[in-house]
Amino acid sequence: MKEKDKIVSPSADTEETKDLAVTSETLEEATEALKEDPAVDTEEKKEERELGVAEETYKEMSPLRLVLRRFFRSKLSIVGIVMIAALIIFSVLGPVIFNTWGEETVDRGDYVSEDVNYYQQDDGNGGYVSVTEVVESVDGINRLADPSPQHWLGTDEKGMDVFVRLMFGGRISLLIGFIVVILETLLGIIIGGAAGYFGGWVDNILMRIVDIFNCIPTLPILFIASAAINSWGLSEDVNIYLLMLFITLFSWSGTARLVRGQILGLREQEYITATEVMGFSPWRRIFKHLIPNVMPQLIVSMTLGLGSVILYESTLSYLGIGVQPPKAAWGSMIALANRPEILNYHVNVWLPAGLLIVIAVLGFNFIGDGLRDAMDPKARK
Amino acid sequence: MFKYIVKRLLLSIIILLGVSIIIYTLTRLMPADYVDQTFSSKIQSGAMSIEDLQRYKELLGIGDNSFAGIMKGYFGWLGNLLKGDLGRSFKYQKPVAEVIASQMWYSFGIAIVATVLQFLIAIPLGITSATHQYSVRDYVTTVLTMIGIGLPSYFFGAIVIKVFAVDLGWFPSGNIVSGGVTYANNFAGAMAQFGDMCWHLVLPIFVTVLLSIGGLMRYTRTNTLEVLSADYIRTARAKGLSEKKVIYKHAFRNTLIPLATLLAGILPSLFGGMLITEQVFGIPGIGKYAYDALQFADIPFVMGYNMFLAVLTVIGTLFSDIMYSIVDPRVKLQ
Repeated sequence: MKEKDKIVSPSADTEETKDLAVTSETLEEATEALKEDPAVDTEEKKEERELGVAEETYKEMSPLRLVLRRFFRSKLSIVGIVMIAALIIFSVLGPVIFNTWGEETVDRGDYVSEDVNYYQQDDGNGGYVSVTEVVESVDGINRLADPSPQHWLGTDEKGMDVFVRLMFGGRISLLIGFIVVILETLLGIIIGGAAGYFGGWVDNILMRIVDIFNCIPTLPILFIASAAINSWGLSEDVNIYLLMLFITLFSWSGTARLVRGQILGLREQEYITATEVMGFSPWRRIFKHLIPNVMPQLIVSMTLGLGSVILYESTLSYLGIGVQPPKAAWGSMIALANRPEILNYHVNVWLPAGLLIVIAVLGFNFIGDGLRDAMDPKARK
Repeated sequence: MFKYIVKRLLLSIIILLGVSIIIYTLTRLMPADYVDQTFSSKIQSGAMSIEDLQRYKELLGIGDNSFAGIMKGYFGWLGNLLKGDLGRSFKYQKPVAEVIASQMWYSFGIAIVATVLQFLIAIPLGITSATHQYSVRDYVTTVLTMIGIGLPSYFFGAIVIKVFAVDLGWFPSGNIVSGGVTYANNFAGAMAQFGDMCWHLVLPIFVTVLLSIGGLMRYTRTNTLEVLSADYIRTARAKGLSEKKVIYKHAFRNTLIPLATLLAGILPSLFGGMLITEQVFGIPGIGKYAYDALQFADIPFVMGYNMFLAVLTVIGTLFSDIMYSIVDPRVKLQ
């Protein structure tokens, strides 16, 4: 796609607004809109404009710029970009700025911890007397503190700062998300590409492998795998890398299918026959001529995949088999809500982590949707 | 068609064999050993020796954790499976098939209601947001349903329990029946018990539906947009049909064609239970049972459950391919 698409930019703009107006009109009053056929109408108008328009209003635009233009026209994609950018700044730069507390620093001092016990007793007249007993003791650790200037979101049950842990949890979630998505795309390109390009028995065998991985229930198998990883007694960092490998291993099959399907279609096109005539090696044909044409769909599926990987990771951490404490992870912070008193009286401990997960998944989905609309040549509206 | 189905079924057997090998190997690598956990106190008190423990493990077929041992265990499991025996669950002390069959129906009850509601809500939403593309309505439904996709079920479950069960006290927070209540052994008693059960299931169903609308709604929206730009829709409008007729008679039916592919995923979600949601709400469905079994490394149950899901997925995929060729005659099965 080296040649640049030529576009009459001012007329293109008016044409689009015109088009939109016509569609919304058609939806409300079909008959009225049909009196002026949109296609004929725009063709005529375009010709008129092209004749009248002077040469300097012509603008050359590369396909990439066209895509970006369409991408930024959608409000949701901009919102998505802002959300993800904010999240990345929050988790990457945040700990540098808020360096009073580290990821695993426990706030120690002469703190009084309160144990609250509730009793209900029969008062002898058929009613109940509720007794609330508050036992105070000097603990030395600032547990479950409420939000204050010192701890913006309070502390958790181990006395660690929630706000700072959110940043570190974001780092790990984003890191796992990006690495897993890149790995699974690479694996998908290699296996799907080989299956689609070579066809025949190669395709048959590779696609049966894809089918096998597609049939394995993801959550139970990740549960089993990460329980196994945690038992091998490796360091925390190695555990996280192994976890990434396993998430990749059980989620690449969709990408492989996508790549194969696209390549099956592209393989029949003339330009691939041309590369064959020119004597290019299969390797060059696949990676230089086929894969670049699959990239748009792949980028969309990667962006959408990021959201789901973050969800998987946080689910595993929630179940206590993903990122291990004391390392911070959004999932394990939400898991604290399993204790009723934290669920009910310390909302500041678990709610923000969940909101950040929603923001992350939502942001990647908005971007993915925006990219899909922008890259789809059929949806040029 | 018949030939196609037979071919697919034969392939399914190969796929399921591959699935079972992978799951079995990984399950055997799990650390939490059921036997170790159960008898650790007896070993500490000296009532049982390490040798006894090892002999017991041999008896269960999980004594040898080398490659050969795992392979032997696998073929033992496979042999029993061919005889129709899924083995006996370590944790529940009952045949695996029996446990699955008895707990499946709680999950099924939730899933069937949730699925029906999900379709009833998501499809109309998807169609209106497609016909009103880029309008306020489109943006609002898109954003709300996308939030549903992003919410983790355990997190949303916690919020819902906090708001509706604890703060407002409208619904019970967990379990499937109220504890300590006995019902009369007659029709009225059974109805009261059923009503109580429904009461307990409102929140889990609400969570499930809200979290699953998003995907289906987006899917319907994309399909509808595609159909609405087709030539025959222009023809229908050119004939002078009312917009209502164009959308609900001509476009709607074709919108439903790609939904046939969704049938593949429905089967496992109907019968397979939900690991997380059931655990959060304490529903004794198959998902919760599987979760507990996973923590105990209950190998026969974990194997049985995962294979059950894999079989459902295989059947669901085959079913959806056949359905697709029925609803869309342009698709030929080969």
